[in-house]
Amino acid sequence: MKEKTQVADIDRSMYDFRNEDKDAYRIENGLTEEIVLKLSEEKGDPEWVREFRLKSLKLYNEIPVPDWGPDISGLNMDEIVTYVRPNTDMKTDWKDVPDEIKDTFEKLGIPQAEVKSLAGVGAQYDSELVYHNVRKDVEEQGVIYTDFESAVKGEYGDMVREHFMKLIPPTMHKFAALHGAVWSGGSFVYVPKGVKVAIPLQSYFRLNAPGAGQFEHTLIIVDEGADLHFIEGCSAPKYNVANLHAGAVEIYVKKGARCRYSTIENWSKNMYNLNTKVARVEEGGSIEWISGSFGSHISYLYPTSDLVGEGARSDFTGIAFANTDQNLDTGCKVAHRAPNTSSYVNTRSISKGGGVNTFRSSVYVAPNAKGSKCAVSCTSLMLDSESRSDTIPAMDIRTSECDVGHEAKIGRISDETVFYLMSRGLSEDEAKALIVSGFADSVSKELPLEYAVEMNNLIRLEMIGAIG
Amino acid sequence: MALLEIKGLKVSVEDKEILHGIDLSVGAGETHVIMGPNGAGKSTLGFAIMGSPEYEKTDGTVSFDGEDITEESTDKIAKKGIFLSFQNPVEVPGVTLSSFIRNALEQVTGERIRLWDFKKKLAKAMEALDMDPSYAERDLNVGFSGGEKKKAEILQLLMLRPSLAILDETDSGLDVDAVRTVSAGIEAYKKDVGGALLIITHSTKILEALDVDRVHVIVDGKNACEGGRELVDNINENGFEQFVK
Ligand SMILES: Nc1ncnc2c1ncn2[C@@H]1O[C@H](COP(=O)(O)OP(=O)(O)OP(=O)(O)O)[C@@H](O)[C@H]1O
Ligand SMILES: [Mg+2]
Repeated sequence: MKEKTQVADIDRSMYDFRNEDKDAYRIENGLTEEIVLKLSEEKGDPEWVREFRLKSLKLYNEIPVPDWGPDISGLNMDEIVTYVRPNTDMKTDWKDVPDEIKDTFEKLGIPQAEVKSLAGVGAQYDSELVYHNVRKDVEEQGVIYTDFESAVKGEYGDMVREHFMKLIPPTMHKFAALHGAVWSGGSFVYVPKGVKVAIPLQSYFRLNAPGAGQFEHTLIIVDEGADLHFIEGCSAPKYNVANLHAGAVEIYVKKGARCRYSTIENWSKNMYNLNTKVARVEEGGSIEWISGSFGSHISYLYPTSDLVGEGARSDFTGIAFANTDQNLDTGCKVAHRAPNTSSYVNTRSISKGGGVNTFRSSVYVAPNAKGSKCAVSCTSLMLDSESRSDTIPAMDIRTSECDVGHEAKIGRISDETVFYLMSRGLSEDEAKALIVSGFADSVSKELPLEYAVEMNNLIRLEMIGAIG
Repeated sequence: MALLEIKGLKVSVEDKEILHGIDLSVGAGETHVIMGPNGAGKSTLGFAIMGSPEYEKTDGTVSFDGEDITEESTDKIAKKGIFLSFQNPVEVPGVTLSSFIRNALEQVTGERIRLWDFKKKLAKAMEALDMDPSYAERDLNVGFSGGEKKKAEILQLLMLRPSLAILDETDSGLDVDAVRTVSAGIEAYKKDVGGALLIITHSTKILEALDVDRVHVIVDGKNACEGGRELVDNINENGFEQFVK
């Protein structure tokens, strides 16, 4: 078996295969009004979308780069290709998807998982969806699950327009504005009142083109009393040029509804991942975020829960693994805007080989949010002394009638534990990988089995350089 | 040729010499007992044999199965067939007892094991040790009582089937019934695997059902005396005073 510890040696072949994409349409590099208009034309946007893009572009040019997080000066928008359309339109049968692309998703296990354990699948390749399908029985429940462009143009156009970029307005930050200008692809989900979707839906975003950006938009509306588990997967092969991911996820959880949103983001290490996710939760509803951040050169990622109805609840379970040359700025934001709301944040971070993890939490409790509860707990594991791990909690509490707690721990792997495991025949690397998997267990427990296995593989990949 | 052959072994921890030249020879399938006062260096000897990096071997040799393993790494030593039951087993959160043993077994044998076969074997071994099956899915040693930890060590012994098992006070902290089940487990190991035993103990209970080949007394990091089974009774009656010079 291969046992490697050098990061340069990591065998990512499992995710790292790339296609040449010779027949794909690539828009010119850069970000100008001309390019945005051309993109809009290529996509056949309705008038309001085109206007929205131009307005967002203007904001993008006005809003400064964040001055508080990891350095993103290595990202040059003049070199990024914002739109790459694969040489196929969207299919509803894998048989019709071009071989090279189908092959990509097969290597990632998507069609296989669809057969086994998913209620519907969307697969995006670069800027457009190449496959979208939902199971008949789920469709018959009235569940809508489509690619975002058909949602904009089709029957649900009004519903989409009413919700699109309302939770993440382009004024929110520079990359929300960028998203508003060049978004493409993504999924739209609507679960009608009282409908419980028994097994998950999954959208997978694969960025294949070098130097490209991916800006998919996911809009999920879970109507009153309904229940949904949505899984988002992403990956990309490694290139020597910067790639950019600035997706947006907006989730509306209505009265008494529940949405679980699970992600394993698995980016190559040339990726700038500037992703934004916001859920708005009404009375008695709940949002559950399960978030795994692997790979990427730089990440800014803070899923946000806006608890606007009495008794609304947010659970956040996250893990981030920063290895050599990675700076992951992750965390979670919660706003308690109604009485008796509750939020629980539980995160784990692992730093190795000089990798940097920063965990930011931001908790706001409004004056009227009496009887609310919030517990933030984060634990970091440092695998060596060159790595870094920081915790930055921010709290803005406007009522005394609430209960807010924050706890942070930093640990190391003890030599005694490594020795104990090695005394049973595990190599030092295997022992450490097992200890780290154990450390991540509180997160993998929350994932469906296949994704827990995938996460474990990613941990092994970072720890040992090969999947056992 | 002996299975385990230790010659003139000196061991230091943090530059302090603890073992000052130990000799020990254990033949295949034999049962040896190590006794000695608290702090004599018995656990140190176990850790040193197992290749703990914290315990530096400054002189002497350890060989196993005819190979010099003095400088070998712990995992290689384990793979060659030595098992150490810890006096204080370590807690590993998030790793279940079952998945750990399976992982270790695959490492030691170098083969994939079918989950179903594994589960069957594990269930059988746990039953023999009177362990509740639910412990298989509990985190390794986390929140286990002292006695439960010791049983979990013997469970690993039964599953991993080494050719030499060093048991460091596996019997201490066990209630009467537990001593009986653990003894039964050790007997089962002898019978099924035919491995050698090096038992570090302060009591005689665990030895009752075993044929003891040799007893070694270690005092102050040195061999103080060696003999047959009768030495155990002697120590029980007269203590270690007689060996202290
Ligand atoms: N890791 C360590 N760091 C410092 N000192 C140690 C360490 N391990 C052992 N020692 C010291 O070495 C000596 C021998 O300890 P050891 O644990 O081997 O004794 P023992 O014979 O097993 O005793 P007991 O019967 O109490 O288990 C003691 O003085 C102990 O304090
Ligand atoms: Mg001891």
